[in-house]
Amino acid sequence: MDAKPLIEFRSVSKYYYMGDNVVRAADRITMTVRHGEFVAIVGQSGSGKSTCMNIIGCLDVPTSGEYILDGRSVGELGKNKLAEIRNEMVGFIFQQYNLLPKANLRENVEIPLMYSGVPKGERRRRAVEVLTSLGLGDKLRNRPNQLSGGQQQRVSIARALVGNPALILADEPTGALDSKTGREVLSILRRLHSEGHTIVLITHDGSIARMAQRIVRLEDGRVVFDGPSEEAGI
Amino acid sequence: MNPFESFELAIKNIAAGKVRAFLTMLGIIIGVMAVILIVGIGNGLSNYMVEQFQSMGTNTLNVSVFGRGSSRSVSPDAMYELVEDNPGYLSLVSPVLGINGSVKTGSETYSTSVTGVSEDYFRIRQYEVATGRGLYFVDVDKRSNVCVVGSYIASEYYPGGAAGEKIRIAGADFTIVGVLAEEADSEESGTDDAVYIPYSTASRLGSSAINTYVLTVVSEDEAAASKKIVEDELLDVFGNSNAYRVQSMTELLATMSQMLNIVIIVLAAIAGISLVVGGVGIMNIMLVSVTERTREIGIRKALGAKERYIMSQFVIEAATTSAIGGALGIAAGYGLSKVARQVLTAVTGEALAVAPSTAAVLVAFGVSAAIGILFGYLPAKKAARLNPIDALRYE
Repeated sequence: MDAKPLIEFRSVSKYYYMGDNVVRAADRITMTVRHGEFVAIVGQSGSGKSTCMNIIGCLDVPTSGEYILDGRSVGELGKNKLAEIRNEMVGFIFQQYNLLPKANLRENVEIPLMYSGVPKGERRRRAVEVLTSLGLGDKLRNRPNQLSGGQQQRVSIARALVGNPALILADEPTGALDSKTGREVLSILRRLHSEGHTIVLITHDGSIARMAQRIVRLEDGRVVFDGPSEEAGI
Repeated sequence: MNPFESFELAIKNIAAGKVRAFLTMLGIIIGVMAVILIVGIGNGLSNYMVEQFQSMGTNTLNVSVFGRGSSRSVSPDAMYELVEDNPGYLSLVSPVLGINGSVKTGSETYSTSVTGVSEDYFRIRQYEVATGRGLYFVDVDKRSNVCVVGSYIASEYYPGGAAGEKIRIAGADFTIVGVLAEEADSEESGTDDAVYIPYSTASRLGSSAINTYVLTVVSEDEAAASKKIVEDELLDVFGNSNAYRVQSMTELLATMSQMLNIVIIVLAAIAGISLVVGGVGIMNIMLVSVTERTREIGIRKALGAKERYIMSQFVIEAATTSAIGGALGIAAGYGLSKVARQVLTAVTGEALAVAPSTAAVLVAFGVSAAIGILFGYLPAKKAARLNPIDALRYE
């Protein structure tokens, strides 16, 4: 094995209680994602991929099992510590972009840096730099709603990258885009991967999952396939 | 993320919804305005009252004797002796003896207040003699039929000048030797509608005992001690403290100021209730705002905002809203104070200064900011506690 593990799931389970029924959203999942990998987690709705994403992104903690992120066990940490880890380690790309409508692009991209205490000037410089590298250098003062969907998703990619996190976590990043702009976004992700970023892509769409090196397929909260994308049969 | 950035963010959010922010602030604006206006009017009244008292002399002691058993009164000689024995405390004394009886100028009969006093009375009351002279010791000593009249009598009945003219008081002929300067607008039955004669003459005319005195104290700071000296003397004479009353104008002024202050504080507190109502209004809007911004809160939390950042963002926003309301309220309060001053001056004819005190302004501002923090706390707590996963899904 080459690189060090970044994400380690050791028999991770997440249960939700709905009345008397127990929903096993994640059922003893064990997997590892190493630094520099591009992994797609695929599954139909209800397969547990959103639960997986929430746990990987430190938005939620497992009911049982152990989640180790970059050598650190996350399960026992408090809310504030989790917020810190999200801020430092994870760059989120959401299906609905989740940009702040009242803030301009630069301010949107600055948010993660604001919470990690980067001084204003430095923050501004880095936000402008990342936005420029994604071709949005001329729209720094625009509001998100003045942009097309593809452009908005590029802003959220910029926001994910600006803190230089160990992991880029993309949740259906093309879900709200037409196929052409979707492909553009995916090619950005591939470029980021080739530059050395670790990317975990959550999707229900097999054709998008094929863009990744490796596919983890979930069904009913369990891993049913974990291997190179060419062997996934999709 | 420092508090200043939260403040900047708060200003941005407030500026983004000016109408709503203004309506939110309105309770605070009205509350602060009302407090400032009431305190201002109260200060004006209080100053006016003090001025009026000072023009009457706050260094005086009024002695009223009710008598007990056979001792019905204290003689002027006894009072003079008391003053002479206590030069460190008491300086002037005058008996005050009102007499009944009509006053006649030529063939015109009218009623006015006729008072027997000593030669020091005008100095005690700080009345100025405008023309002629005041009363002299010889007038008292000789029980002369001379008098000094107020400006109303002079202008009303002696258009050609009163000094040297004749006046008939309770059936006796008097000579007017002087006219006092105007004290209070020369109105009928006011301070200027009065005739002063020597107390010895009054005593003879009215044949009643002197039971009122007015004294001056050497120092207002020693008013209480001076009062005590007079009281001790009277207790010696009567052996019962119910037989007399000694009133210090300084004390009276202090008592009245205190009463007025209580009234002002109560009124200001009632006005202050609207500040609390305003605070509830802010809390209400902040709760709505938290709900509206659930998704924003979710995004911020996903991107690494700790609870205390979210918390401080909302608390600072509420405090800023409230403080801006407070500042606007202060401005409105000053504006209304100016209006109130003109209205009151026009209505009462007195120059009444409606002056909001700096302390009241500072307290009003401080309280409004504090109310923002207090009532912003609950909504901020709600925002900070939101679960980021649910918040992100919120539509």
